[in-house]
Amino acid sequence: MADADTIDRPEATDLPDPLEMPKLCPGAMAGSTPYPAKPDHNKALGFPGELVDDWHDRAIDKMGELLGKYRSFRVYLDSCVKCGACTDKCHYFLGSGDPKNMPVARQDLLRKVYRRHFTLAGKYFPKLVGAADLTEDVLDDWYSYFHQCSQCRRCSVFCPYGIDTAEISMAAREILDTVGKGQKYCNEILGKVHKIGNNLGLPEPALEATLEDLEEDIEEETGVPVKLPLNVEGADILLITPSADFFAEPHIDGLIGYAKVFHQAGVSWTLSSYASEAANFAMFIGSYDQMREVALRIRKAALDLGVKRIVVGECGHAWRVAYSFWNTLAGPFDFLDPNYPIPQHICEFTYDLIQKGELTFDKSKNDHMTLTFHDSCNVSRASRMGDMPGGQFEIPRAIIKAVCNNYVDMAPDTIRESTFCCGGGGGLLTDEIMDIRKKGAQPRMRALRQVADENGVTHMAAICAICKTQFTKVMPEFGFDRESIVSVHQLVSNAIVLDPPQDAGAPEEDDEDDVPAAVEMAQESEEAVQAAAEEK
Amino acid sequence: MTYQLNGATIEHDEEGYLTDISVWSNDLAEIIAKDENIDMTPEHWEVVNFLREYYDEYQIAPAIRVLVKALKKKYGPEKASNKYLYELFPYGPAKQACKIAGLPKPTGCV
Repeated sequence: MADADTIDRPEATDLPDPLEMPKLCPGAMAGSTPYPAKPDHNKALGFPGELVDDWHDRAIDKMGELLGKYRSFRVYLDSCVKCGACTDKCHYFLGSGDPKNMPVARQDLLRKVYRRHFTLAGKYFPKLVGAADLTEDVLDDWYSYFHQCSQCRRCSVFCPYGIDTAEISMAAREILDTVGKGQKYCNEILGKVHKIGNNLGLPEPALEATLEDLEEDIEEETGVPVKLPLNVEGADILLITPSADFFAEPHIDGLIGYAKVFHQAGVSWTLSSYASEAANFAMFIGSYDQMREVALRIRKAALDLGVKRIVVGECGHAWRVAYSFWNTLAGPFDFLDPNYPIPQHICEFTYDLIQKGELTFDKSKNDHMTLTFHDSCNVSRASRMGDMPGGQFEIPRAIIKAVCNNYVDMAPDTIRESTFCCGGGGGLLTDEIMDIRKKGAQPRMRALRQVADENGVTHMAAICAICKTQFTKVMPEFGFDRESIVSVHQLVSNAIVLDPPQDAGAPEEDDEDDVPAAVEMAQESEEAVQAAAEEK
Repeated sequence: MTYQLNGATIEHDEEGYLTDISVWSNDLAEIIAKDENIDMTPEHWEVVNFLREYYDEYQIAPAIRVLVKALKKKYGPEKASNKYLYELFPYGPAKQACKIAGLPKPTGCV
């Protein structure tokens, strides 16, 4: 097993440093703006259809409302001492060199208006304290640069005061929505969740057909009838997963992995067509009301189906919402079984079974790859897993190491709590801003290049639908194959040894022809595992 | 933001997806494809036609995996891979092929 700690790294090469300070390019990204939402998208969420005439006063009123509601917001706006610790910590700054992508400068876009209207000095001596009026240009700057923040919170790790730019960015977007300047990508998607139940707009019959198709595939490949049940009342576990898991690659391979783990654990589980989405884009636009409405769908599905547990699939910000906010948004979840984490991450679920020795793996099935792990920002810095500090870092790695022989970590200052955003988080995973998405991916891609060239890493695993899609798109730009991003549960899926169907062949044990292919495969796999163990 | 087809003006959104999907036709697909720098070959049509059939039944485009499987069943294993689809539609089979097939853009984390 290759481990970052045990590997002798070669001498430093001339590979570009992921953290290298870029040359400053003022205004370089001023033209980067996502498509504005259509009036229908905005109105469906209760926002004005387009920019209102009295946008200035409404924006200031909304800022005042948020300052009263969230103490943290005011503290973040007041406490910056311009120490500069955050300046080179944002992946979008490192990739673009635009000084307005320095976290402090991004905050200042809002802070200067806050000072003008909500501080005494700013009201009377604006120029002395960096206060400024909210003009249309400032509003446009907000729209542009608060959509160049993926709310990943990397900068807040390095801020001595703990100022969270993500919260400032969420507040800015909430103000923009309030005056009718919403973003198409997020707002259109939220409308689909309310109407159809998921970001994709996948109706129930299509979901059902997709799941049946996957069941066929799995049985064809393994000989084992692994099920992906939908809307099963009385099931023990409700799986809430991003709808990308029903559609995109490599996401869907992860979904197959979850199904195999549930099968092997022998638990009863179900998906819900009503709550067929883990993602909650309302967090990106800072709307508590929207976030609550989306979360309540999950509560309703859990109650209607009468489940005892909720497990959440591989989705970064969904896990933040679930782990940190569900209880206050849509709780209490006192109808669920308190003997299990509420909610539980699929990685916790799988890890628990691995700890108990209840899963068998043929690690050689992943021998064609050398893996590394991309910590997703919302999992790393806004949630936790397991019952130990840092569980969100250890558990996914422990799973990968349990199912793969070859694993190497990327440079320490680019992973765990210092991880980079993939470049597409926070509602930026939309094609018209591909330029900033690529620039934002640059630090991660450089860190990956180092371990690819120096340690032979071939694939990078992730537990977030946004990360997976973003990397599929941008990796070819950095010289990697688009299929070199994989789901963690895809690796589990490759290696897991499935028990043959319990009743199959049982009455006719003597008839060798009836032994399902899977039994032979499982036997072979067990032998492989044994052989591997003996080698050690 | 329009396509021109035989003197008719057909509206599309910022990214080239049809505003009214019912106005789609084979000729229009050729025009959309041209905008995407794609020359429609019989192989492109196989994908586009399957997408439209699937959409008729389910009101959404199929998962890539479902598409690959269907192509394999219908046209053989050499046409059944992600790579093959990306060769035909370099910007990604889901989004680019949907656009040419006149279907709405798949949204979300895809």
